[in-house]
Amino acid sequence: MTDISADNRLISQRETSIHTDTEARRRLAKRYAAEARFKYVGLAAVLVACGFLVLLLSTVIGQAINAFTYHFATVEVEVPAADGAGTLEERRRALLQVDFNGAVRTAVRELYPYVTSRRDRRALNGLLTSGAGADLRAMVLDNPDMAGTRVPVEFLLDDVGDLYMKGLVTGSGDTAGRGIASLVQSGDAIEILSTSNDFQPILAEVKAELLDKAEGFRDEYVRLGRVENRLVGQIAALARDITEATDEDRPRLTKQKEDLERSLGSIQDSRAGIEQQAVALEERAAAVNVREVLSPDLPSFLVNVNGGVLKVVEVDVTTLKGEPIIPPDSLDDAQGGDWSITRLDVPEGSRKMTDQEIVWVEKLNASGAIERKFNTPFFTSGASREPERAGLWGAVVGTFFTMVMTLLLSFPIGVAAAIYLEEFAPKNRFTATIEVNINNLAAVPSIVFGLLGLAVFLNTFHLPRSAPIVGGMVLALMTLPTIIIASRAALKAVPPSIREAALGVGASKIQAVFHHVLPLALPGIMTGTIIGMAQALGETAPLLMIGMVAFIVDVPGGPLDPSTVLPVQIYMWADFPEPAFQQKTAAAILVLLGFLVVMNLLAVVLRRRFERRW
Amino acid sequence: MFWIFLLAIVVIAGVGYMLGSQRALQVADGKISALHSRPAYHGGYAAILAAMPALLLLCAWSIVSPGIIDSIVASRIGNLIEGMSEIERNALLRDARTLAFGGLVAGVTEAKTDAAEIYRSLIQSSSIFLGVLIALLAGVGLYWARSRIAREQRNRQFVERTVMVVLVACSAVAILTTIGIVLSLIYESFYFFAQVNLFDFLFGLQWSPQTALRADQVGGTGAFGAIPLFVGTMLITAIAIAVAAPVGLLSAIYLSDYASSRFRAFAKPVLEILAGIPTVVYGFFAALTVAPFFKNTGDSIGLTISSESALAAGIVMGIMIIPFVSSLSDDVINAVPQSLRDGSAGLGATKSETIRKVVLPAALPGIISALLLAISRAVGETMIVVMAAGLAANLTINPLEAVTTVTVQIVTLLVGDQEFDSAKTLSAFALGLVLFCVTLALNVVALRVVQKYREQYD
Repeated sequence: MTDISADNRLISQRETSIHTDTEARRRLAKRYAAEARFKYVGLAAVLVACGFLVLLLSTVIGQAINAFTYHFATVEVEVPAADGAGTLEERRRALLQVDFNGAVRTAVRELYPYVTSRRDRRALNGLLTSGAGADLRAMVLDNPDMAGTRVPVEFLLDDVGDLYMKGLVTGSGDTAGRGIASLVQSGDAIEILSTSNDFQPILAEVKAELLDKAEGFRDEYVRLGRVENRLVGQIAALARDITEATDEDRPRLTKQKEDLERSLGSIQDSRAGIEQQAVALEERAAAVNVREVLSPDLPSFLVNVNGGVLKVVEVDVTTLKGEPIIPPDSLDDAQGGDWSITRLDVPEGSRKMTDQEIVWVEKLNASGAIERKFNTPFFTSGASREPERAGLWGAVVGTFFTMVMTLLLSFPIGVAAAIYLEEFAPKNRFTATIEVNINNLAAVPSIVFGLLGLAVFLNTFHLPRSAPIVGGMVLALMTLPTIIIASRAALKAVPPSIREAALGVGASKIQAVFHHVLPLALPGIMTGTIIGMAQALGETAPLLMIGMVAFIVDVPGGPLDPSTVLPVQIYMWADFPEPAFQQKTAAAILVLLGFLVVMNLLAVVLRRRFERRW
Repeated sequence: MFWIFLLAIVVIAGVGYMLGSQRALQVADGKISALHSRPAYHGGYAAILAAMPALLLLCAWSIVSPGIIDSIVASRIGNLIEGMSEIERNALLRDARTLAFGGLVAGVTEAKTDAAEIYRSLIQSSSIFLGVLIALLAGVGLYWARSRIAREQRNRQFVERTVMVVLVACSAVAILTTIGIVLSLIYESFYFFAQVNLFDFLFGLQWSPQTALRADQVGGTGAFGAIPLFVGTMLITAIAIAVAAPVGLLSAIYLSDYASSRFRAFAKPVLEILAGIPTVVYGFFAALTVAPFFKNTGDSIGLTISSESALAAGIVMGIMIIPFVSSLSDDVINAVPQSLRDGSAGLGATKSETIRKVVLPAALPGIISALLLAISRAVGETMIVVMAAGLAANLTINPLEAVTTVTVQIVTLLVGDQEFDSAKTLSAFALGLVLFCVTLALNVVALRVVQKYREQYD
């Protein structure tokens, strides 16, 4: 009996306990929810970090991918005759006198015989890279047999043309003509009449644009209305003030009021003008059968008919007027389906390439002369202001010399310092100072090392500006702490038994370290060194200070020649406005990241293969 | 020239080593056990005696001779440079030196070519003289070493002592670097503060370092009040920390306490990659992707955001320091003893309660020092702000506007042609000095805090 009653009491107690009642359950649920929330916030933080990386890499890769290929155009050139005798240097000098640029220009003109006006011809010269003549000269120098013959030669396309071929200038779409198109010459232009309403979409776009503009005017009208109301209010307030103001304030206020009234008047005038413009535009848009002119703010329309290309300049429902970019072979009627309209989505006013140039490139492409190939010049040529000719090779060579200098200086010094500090240094003030120093140096901003290099190496020792040797010295000082810290860790990891065994068989302390400890620590030291070098490879700021940012066209021949390095090249290219340079920048970044990945993989492999756990 | 001599000295050392070890074998009649030191040490002895004095001479010569040559040239063309200002004279000498080394300069004058001619002949005779001296030193050293090598000679000790000296010298490079940094910054800043008042620099509100090159030019004297730069730097740093601190700290907590080992194996390398990306890449990302994105977003919602807004630079810089914060916090959080966690769990706390109420408070000093280090990193970061932040020194704390930072100004002042004694150029060194002091102070404080905190739980 007593047991049962005790049990009952317990149960009733449990039911009423503050740890088990519904209140408690709610509290517990809340705590668990907080727990889950905390966990998901943490997960979100990690994912955000990963997301940033993905975003960064995808941006770079997305931009870079286009820079690895380039479009080359093959053009038949009448190569001018040149003297093929003498040494290379003599021939080079002789070839400098020959007008290869003219030869390339003539060759391009032959492809487009109908381009006659001076302005158009100049534009045509921009179809190929501006260095086409120099390229041809180099080819003739390599291959003297070419001189005086007519051969197909491959040139780089102009950078904007290349962007167009990659689809980065404008999108385009073709619609086949349905009706029969009849062509009538009218002055320089050609009128086309279609039996179907083929031109309706063009007209619709023109009208939509008119309405768009009208709406802009209407918005402006409304905005000015608000300004007007405010001014009216202010003038009224001023008028009240004037009646209440003292005599000395009155002239000032009156003048203010007059000023405001003047600006009110001008605003009212411009409002009226704007409304008129809006109404006029709306009327034009509503009108039927009125011919409209295409503005450069609209997508361009090109009519391909009878082997020619016309640029549409005026349009109504059934007829349009086109300026021939490529004149049609004949003015015969074209059956439905035999002619087409091309729409270039980006308006001519907002792209770097005119309709004319696009048509020329398209024609060259249609003849099969344009080929997309791996962009070898990007990897083999030096810096240039022309996007299509700018290459990485100069920067890669400069980087190589700089890194070699850095390694030659920082590795021996760093390892020696680590050996001394870890194996020999007595515990005293001097060594303690060195240790604090190294830790602090590791945290000094890299740009300060650049200032040191500028003040000491350049201005005091008069070492050459922009030279890899100075860059190497600055970067060596910067990576030194990394190498010392890593090397010390590696030396510390070698167990004391090794040292003791060596000392036990009669080795001197230096022998024990150099013959036994150092070889065992070497993989760790190498790993640390590679990581330090990877840091140095990505460093830009200190090199800007010592002038490695100069524009250097020649590929450097040694550590004393002015040169630049990959990260600085990236920095300089990122500043250039041409879109082609943006892609080159991204591609250069990929190359730099590639080097870094290789170095880090090397470090990982070294660690995996040689690292010993004692 | 330096390199040829260096190569020659290396060759001399090699020859000395061979001759020395051969000589040692010779005096021991081929019985190595008869020698006190192994032949290699005798070789090393000879090599050191032959090459070391020559090497020291070469280094001293290349440090001292340019100054001497400069002054000789200046005195010889004294009539040509008479009446020139200090700046003009230095420019002339610099151009002449460039000419003498076969470089190209703008505006070649007769004075320059004359000076270049003198330079060339002086450099030639200097290197001939140096060559003879080096050969002499090496020859004497080698001869002396060879004659001294004997069975009982303790050459191992000699070589080892030399090695020790070299090791100590290498460790001193770290100190020399610091001294070099401090001295060069102070030296150049000293000249700057001779022209500009220290208080005007530290507390002035106007920064426009363009000074007139000549006295008769218009353009004023320039203003060197660095407050706008400090505020800009702080603004961008604050944005960066606002991004990096929560993301870095939370990911460190998640990875150490919640994540499965598989997830950790994936996420940790990702963070490491983020840390290994060169800053110039972040700069590219900030300038060409993030900044236009913010600008367009702002335009579409009717906000004017500058295309060089502090926001874009700050956020990208924050991304850059995420791995830094997370790895430091990871260390700190792991250093909190397990017993504290166990005690909290024993009281019935959930994991997140343990972390928030026990681990984080215990780790707080460490986390603060991690953040201090992150701040010091952000303050000294250069490339992101050079590429994505503005150049004009606006005194504002609006993150949507363009601000400039200390590092940006250092770069813009020193890239390109410089007049080395104008206040404009020197101000970069004063800014560098401030930067160095601030980052150093942050580091020292952070390291102290960490040390104290470690002791607490050891």
